[in-house]
Amino acid sequence: MEITNYLGLAAILFAIGAATVLLRRNAIVVFMGVELMLNATNLAFVTFARIHGDVTGQVLAFFVMVVAAAEVVVGLAIIITIFRSRRSASVDDVNLLHS
Amino acid sequence: MTASGAEAALFWVLAPLMVLAALGLLFARKAVHAAVCVMFVMVGLAILYVAQEAPFLGVVQVVVYTGAVMMLFLFVLMLVGVDAADSLTETIKGQRWAGVLLGLGLAVVLLGVVAQATFPPAVGLAEAEELTNPVALARVLLGDYVLAMEVVGVLLVTAALAGLVLTHRRRLSVRPTQRVLAAARVAGIEEGRSLTPLPAPGVYAQNNAMDTPALGPDGQPLPHSVPRVLRIRGQERSATAVLAEEETLVQRDDLRLIGVGPSSGRTAEPAGEGPEGPAGPTGSAGEDEDSDGEVR
Repeated sequence: MEITNYLGLAAILFAIGAATVLLRRNAIVVFMGVELMLNATNLAFVTFARIHGDVTGQVLAFFVMVVAAAEVVVGLAIIITIFRSRRSASVDDVNLLHS
Repeated sequence: MTASGAEAALFWVLAPLMVLAALGLLFARKAVHAAVCVMFVMVGLAILYVAQEAPFLGVVQVVVYTGAVMMLFLFVLMLVGVDAADSLTETIKGQRWAGVLLGLGLAVVLLGVVAQATFPPAVGLAEAEELTNPVALARVLLGDYVLAMEVVGVLLVTAALAGLVLTHRRRLSVRPTQRVLAAARVAGIEEGRSLTPLPAPGVYAQNNAMDTPALGPDGQPLPHSVPRVLRIRGQERSATAVLAEEETLVQRDDLRLIGVGPSSGRTAEPAGEGPEGPAGPTGSAGEDEDSDGEVR
């Protein structure tokens, strides 16, 4: 098995995450799609670190994880705030600026 | 460099399962199912990290993603309401097909790039991780990237503060006192609301769950004794079903007792009293009066 198979897996996971963001309406599920995309890039980072024999890729994956954790906190707080005011977690209902 | 046979086996077992779980995220109707699927993908990724000579990242993946991030997702799902299912009506015409097309296109482009690109022969991390993987990571993280590390610390503090500020609820009205609440209750009588707390759910010989209605003094079930949430979800049981169940149990007990001999007083009693005997509508009224008042 070639190591580049990992990159193929990362590409498939990234595409599925992107499709989730495009297709789903529930804001929380959309957010999980974003998380899946971040994880896919992490897998690519780790694989490239192995290909090039340099741990910098792993360090970058580590930074991505930290930033993702911070992003989840803020994003979920926003979802909760919207849910409190609109009683809905659907991305379609957030249309306050619409006419 | 090609991977070892064991690693290849691990990859070919794990990768299809992970792709299936990721598709579960895309297609699962319920958000909780999607969350569990994502958790599976993340644990699978952690295993692949360990297989790819990155044990530290594998552990961090389990701790941070499956341990913290996905738990946070589940907490928010519980907060927002588990039954908040996706609506299937399209608000933008043709959005679904456009989304499917874009997703497939992205997959084709990315896979094409991976397949077309020529990669240098893989070096492996044996040399870079001379001591251990965490030591090698720490050298780079606290050496080359020490400034980024500090900035990330600031980012985490900021995110924690943002979470606090965003979920903070400011009280817009004066906190109602007991006197105000009492006056409102009395005033509500005219609108048909009850002065007393609502009756607690039913307590039967075999069943004291929240979903069974209590029986009133006249023997009729009181539907409003079941919490409102259960009624909206349609998860309420009817009193007749519960009573019928108990009736059959009592009968079965009677039949068995005939074979055994003289019956003990315990099992004979409910049969004599009839099905409505053990139903105590006010059985647990005292315990959860306060919480019930808020829920309904």
